[in-house]
Amino acid sequence: MTERATALESEAEALARRRYFESTPRKRFVRFWREFITRRPLGAFGLVLVLAMILAALLADRIAPYDPTAISFKDLLAPPSPEHLLGTDNFGRDVFSRLLFGARTALLVGFTASIVGCTLGLILGIVGAYFGGRVDQIIQRLMDVLLSFPLIVIAIAVVAALGTGEDKIANVIAAITVPIIPRVSRVVRSSALSVVQMPYIEATRAVGARAMRIMFRHIAPNVFAPYLIMMTAFLGQAILLEASLSFLGLGVFEPTPSWGLMLRGAGMQFLERAPWLAIAPGVAISLAVFGFNLFGDSLRDALDPRLRTA
Amino acid sequence: MRRYVVGRLLLMIPTLVGVAVLTFVVMRLVPGDIVALRYAGSSVPQDVIDRERALLGLDKPLWTQFVDWMTQLAHLDFGQSLWTGHAVIDEVWTRLPLSLELAVIATLFAVAFALPLGVIAAVKQDTWADYAIRIFSVGGLAMPSFWIGIMLVLGTITFFGWAPPLVFTPITEDPIANLSQLILPAVSVGYRYSAVSMRMTRSTLLEVLREDYVRTARAKGLRETLVVVRHALRNALLPVVTVISLEFAFLIGGLVVTEQVFNLNGIGKLLVDAVTHRDYPLIQALVLLLASVFVIVNFIVDLIYVFLDPRIRYS
Repeated sequence: MTERATALESEAEALARRRYFESTPRKRFVRFWREFITRRPLGAFGLVLVLAMILAALLADRIAPYDPTAISFKDLLAPPSPEHLLGTDNFGRDVFSRLLFGARTALLVGFTASIVGCTLGLILGIVGAYFGGRVDQIIQRLMDVLLSFPLIVIAIAVVAALGTGEDKIANVIAAITVPIIPRVSRVVRSSALSVVQMPYIEATRAVGARAMRIMFRHIAPNVFAPYLIMMTAFLGQAILLEASLSFLGLGVFEPTPSWGLMLRGAGMQFLERAPWLAIAPGVAISLAVFGFNLFGDSLRDALDPRLRTA
Repeated sequence: MRRYVVGRLLLMIPTLVGVAVLTFVVMRLVPGDIVALRYAGSSVPQDVIDRERALLGLDKPLWTQFVDWMTQLAHLDFGQSLWTGHAVIDEVWTRLPLSLELAVIATLFAVAFALPLGVIAAVKQDTWADYAIRIFSVGGLAMPSFWIGIMLVLGTITFFGWAPPLVFTPITEDPIANLSQLILPAVSVGYRYSAVSMRMTRSTLLEVLREDYVRTARAKGLRETLVVVRHALRNALLPVVTVISLEFAFLIGGLVVTEQVFNLNGIGKLLVDAVTHRDYPLIQALVLLLASVFVIVNFIVDLIYVFLDPRIRYS
C-alpha cells in the first residue's frame, strides 16, 4: 500500500518535473496565469478591478468627457445627470473626469512608492542576511526604529521634512516609500537567512564569486516570491496613504486631481448639499484598494502557501 | 523572569534614543524653520528675525541644540512649544485623554465584533456565513477610515437629521454627550481594526481546530461549544492578542485623519498642526511619545504571553 503510494507519488513528481523542464518560461507563465484565473475567482476579480483602474488611468484623456480642471460657473454642484455622470463640484468641474485623472495620481504614487520601497527593502534584507554580524545588527536596529511608528506618522514626518507644494509629488512618493522599507526588509531578511545556509551558496562562494554576484544573482531570485507578494500588498496601502495624506493637506495639491484631495475640500464642505462629491472618490479609493488586496491575497496563496499575514 | 524584565526595559533605551536622534535630524534637514515660516512674505528686517531665532535658541549649532534637548529630556522636561509658547507637556496632556478614550472605545468595539465573527467564520468555514464575514472584513481593509467617518456623518444627517456636535464635552462633565460624540469616530476607526483582528482570529482558529487535542476533546464527547471556546480558542488567542495590542499602539497615532474629519482636538490633530508650524519641540515630543507607547505595548504583550501560555518562560 505504502509502496504503491510512494511509487505513485514519485511518478507524479517525475511527471511534474518533466512538464517543468520541457516547458519554456513563456509556457510556464501562461500556465500560471491560466490556473490563477480558473482556480482563484476572487483573485481574478481583483485582477479585473486592477486592470480596469490601469486602463482608466492610461486612457483618462480619451475617455474623460470633460477637462478635469475646466471650471464652469453655469453648473456648480450639479447633481449626477446624463451630461455629468457623477455630478459636478463647487467649481463646476466634472467629478467623473476628475476621478479618471485621479486614478493616474493614485497609480503613479502607488506603483512608484511600492516598487522603490520594496526594492530598497529587498536590498537591505539581503545585505543584512548575507553579511550578518555587525552590518546586520545596524540595519536591524535602524529598521526597528522605523517600525515603531504608525505608517502615517512616518509619512507625515517625511513630508514635513521634504516640504509640500504644487509640484512636490516626488516628496509624497518618498513619504510613502520610507515606511514600506522596514516592513519589507524584515520579511526578505528572514527568507534570505535560510537561503544563505544552502549548499549552493557555499558552492558559489567556493568557485570564487563576489559578494555582489552571490547576493543579487543567487540569493535575490530565491526571495522573489515574498518580494512580489509584498509589492502587491503595499500597492493598496500606498494608494490608501496617498489619499490620507492628500486629505490632511500634506499630499498632492490642487490642481492635480487626487481622490483624497477631492474628499478634503468640497467633499466635506458640501456634504449635505452635494453628497456625490464625498461618495464618488471614496468608492473609487475603496474599489482600487479592494482590487489590489484581493489580487495580492490570491497571488500569495498561489506563489507561497506557507506565507500568511493577517 | 525579573532579569528578563529588567533586560527588556534597558533595551528600550537605545531604541528610544534612536527615535529621538532620527526625528531630530529629519526635522532639521529642511530649510525654513518656524521663524522663517511666521514672517514668510512680510518685510521684517533681518535683525528682528535673527533676534527671534536667538530667543528660541535656533541660532545655536545643531549639535548644541541636540545636547540641550537630550539634557532636558533626561530631566523629563520637554521644553516649550515654539508656536504657542506653552509647555509641550501641557499641550500634550490636555489632548491625550481624548485620543486615549477614542482609542479605547474603538478597541472595545473592534474586539466585540472581531472575536465572535472570527470564531463563526472559522467554525462555519466555506459556508455563506464565512463568506459574508470575510467580505465584511476585506471591505474594512479597503475603505479609508476617514471616508467611513464621512459616510457615517452623511448617514446620520440624512436619516436622523443629527450631526455630531462641534464642541467637545469631556466625559467627566456629561458622559452621554461625550459618548454620543465619540461613537461615530470610534466606529469608523474600529471597523478597520476589527477587520484585521477578525482575519487573524479566523486563520489561527482554523489552524488550531485541526490539532489532535481538538479531535480528542470531540472524541471524549464534549459539546462543540466547549471544544471551540475552551480548547481551541484559548490556544488560538496568542496571535490574536498580539494583533489587537499592536493595532492599539498604532491607533493613537493612526487617529490623525479621523480626528480631522470629526474636528476633534486630539493628539493626531496636534501632530498635523505641529508639522505645519514646524514646531520642533512639539513634534519631537509627540513622535517620541507615540514610539514609546508602541515599544511599551510590545513589552506588555510579551508579558501577557506568559499568562496566556504557561509553557512560555523567559529566563
